[in-house]
Amino acid sequence: MTNMLTNPSRLRKSRARIETRFKWFGRIAIGISLTFLFVMVGSIVLKGKSALVSSDVAIIVDLNADAVDPNDIHATRFDALMKKSLREMFSEVSSRKDKKKLYGLLSVDMGFELRDQILQNPKLLGQPQKLWFTASDDVDLFLKGSVDRALSEDNRRISDMEISWIDSLSEVGDTRSHFNTKFFTNGDSREPELAGILSALMGSVLTLLVCFVISFPIAILAAIYLEEFAPKNKLSAFIEVNINNLAAVPSIVFGLLGLAVLLNVFDLPRSTPLVGGLVLSLMTLPTIIIAARAALRAVPPSIREAALGMGASPVQATFHHVAPLALPGILTGTIVGMAQALGETAPLLMIGMVAFIADVPSSIVEPAAALPVQIFLWADASERAFVEKTSAAIIVLLVFLVVMNLLAIYLRKKFEKRF
Amino acid sequence: MPSETLSKITEFNIVSSNRSIAAERLIKAIMIVCSMVAIAVTVGIISSLLIESLLFFEKVSIREFLFGTKWSPQTALRTDQVASEGSFGAVPLITGTLLISFIAMCVATPLGLFSAIYLSEYASKTTRNIVKPLLEILAGIPTVVYGFFAALTVAPLLRATGENVGLNVSSESALAAGLVMGIMIIPLISSLSDDVINAVPQSLRDASLGLGSTENETIRKVILPAAIPGIAGSLLLAASRAIGETMIVVMAAGLAANLTANPLEAVTTITAQIVALLTGDQEFDSAKTLSAFALGLLLFIVTLFLNMISLKIVNKYREQYD
Repeated sequence: MTNMLTNPSRLRKSRARIETRFKWFGRIAIGISLTFLFVMVGSIVLKGKSALVSSDVAIIVDLNADAVDPNDIHATRFDALMKKSLREMFSEVSSRKDKKKLYGLLSVDMGFELRDQILQNPKLLGQPQKLWFTASDDVDLFLKGSVDRALSEDNRRISDMEISWIDSLSEVGDTRSHFNTKFFTNGDSREPELAGILSALMGSVLTLLVCFVISFPIAILAAIYLEEFAPKNKLSAFIEVNINNLAAVPSIVFGLLGLAVLLNVFDLPRSTPLVGGLVLSLMTLPTIIIAARAALRAVPPSIREAALGMGASPVQATFHHVAPLALPGILTGTIVGMAQALGETAPLLMIGMVAFIADVPSSIVEPAAALPVQIFLWADASERAFVEKTSAAIIVLLVFLVVMNLLAIYLRKKFEKRF
Repeated sequence: MPSETLSKITEFNIVSSNRSIAAERLIKAIMIVCSMVAIAVTVGIISSLLIESLLFFEKVSIREFLFGTKWSPQTALRTDQVASEGSFGAVPLITGTLLISFIAMCVATPLGLFSAIYLSEYASKTTRNIVKPLLEILAGIPTVVYGFFAALTVAPLLRATGENVGLNVSSESALAAGLVMGIMIIPLISSLSDDVINAVPQSLRDASLGLGSTENETIRKVILPAAIPGIAGSLLLAASRAIGETMIVVMAAGLAANLTANPLEAVTTITAQIVALLTGDQEFDSAKTLSAFALGLLLFIVTLFLNMISLKIVNKYREQYD
């Protein structure tokens, strides 16, 4: 110490060193957090990118009158026809096991795909045709180059024989890749190459719709009451404490509430957007109320006083003058709450929205999946091709969240008034 | 003006104002009902959890639930089978939850606090305007995404690293879930702490700097002590968030109810078990299903307790400087 006092420049130096070190701690902390963000989003985008491309394989199918009766197309056994065509293309394949592998080059839907192509274009009938079919998930991954050829045969999902078939097809240009529209137009499927997010997306939209219709009016009215009318008494204080606590209750507890009350007491239909939306609305309610109250508080008292002075009643002053001015803030809070609800998974698991749903739901009382739940289900699936599907579904979810948040920011910027 | 017209006008005014008073009363009544929804939800949560839990405690004693060290809720198909009762000791779940939350807090506290200090005391306005929203993005990403990342990228990475240095890391280690959860709650700590640090009056800073202390001395010896209660509140809130977090642990921590403090082993948590117990087919009055509600009640009480304390601290502290 004496040493430092007698040598002030040394003291100054050491203090400056501590100062720099401290600053760097802050920078490093921010750096680590942001690095994690970029690595996470980046790795998911990289993994999911390939799901936006899907592969087709061309197969020659003999559509003569023996195979397909032009007068009664539906009587054809398309699946058997497809298998026969595959056998003819690779006539050297003889054992049962190998044949099964051969059929596995294409997706299990190959029969339906053939039927749809014929129905769409009946002129195909009568002669052999070269038609395109969706490749199976393993072939698709191989064609995209995500399978390492150098690996030994036991360590990859695709055998040397299958690779030789695919190579012989690729050499003559009978494989192609294109934008994966099926991913956006199909529902869920057990087969990765056919699985799409449309059913989950519609389920999420319906769920959010229910959530919005219920939580928005209730939250706004509650916020207006608490901010503008509520007397300062114990009841108001109790409501306030309640709302603040609800905002921090774990989401899974809301799911338990939904299960015990909505499903078991009120007997609402399980796995539906109606129940999902109700549960999520209870969850977003506190978020919107808190945001709406902040927005109402930001409206200066002069507006209220002016309205009251002109003879408006308190209700008129609030609804005609204060609430419209607070609306942008309220909407921003609502969108943020909805974005939260869109990404919420745990409560939906509790009310049974984890079932395998392939159909696109058309009403709020039909069983449906939701986007985050679909991600959870696919993340659990064993097929390797579901990894890229999961990542792609996450990208879609993130895009929706970004759009919603940008909308919130835009609203705030555009209508923000500083009093 | 003829008196007849005058009286008509007065009459009209009285009628219309009566009508509008009635309408206003109705509007007010609706608004009161709406704000009561919050209370109704709380009552609904508490009563539904309590009722189901009481049914559960008829089958399994509270003592066994709170102090039992074995968790295997599988109920047998036939009643005469061995272990037909299943055992419902929640201790491994509680320790598992605490272990993962502890790891998460160990990650999030230094990162969140240092970010908050840097942003509020050192960063230029531009940096702040860019970095703060970026950090908030971490809070906006759905937890299922974190879970996917933890299970698919972080856990295998830890396992491979462990193998290289000769450690046996479970593929569903508490460490992977805890690390990722820690990152998730960084923005919670940083933005709340940022608020409390900003609420410390400028006069304290000016006084300290005026006496010749450096900025970090001011921060460590003046601002942080003044902000400590608020920071503690934000940490409690973050801890409650970590305890109640579901998707990350469901996807990355697994279901093995091990009673261990080793972060490299697999543990399970209260929330992960609730999900495991209630997804899929269920008979509603079996002990297995009901135990999920008892776990939910436990979770609700713990998080409510943490939230109440933290809200109290934060509010009290805010008033002090206002």
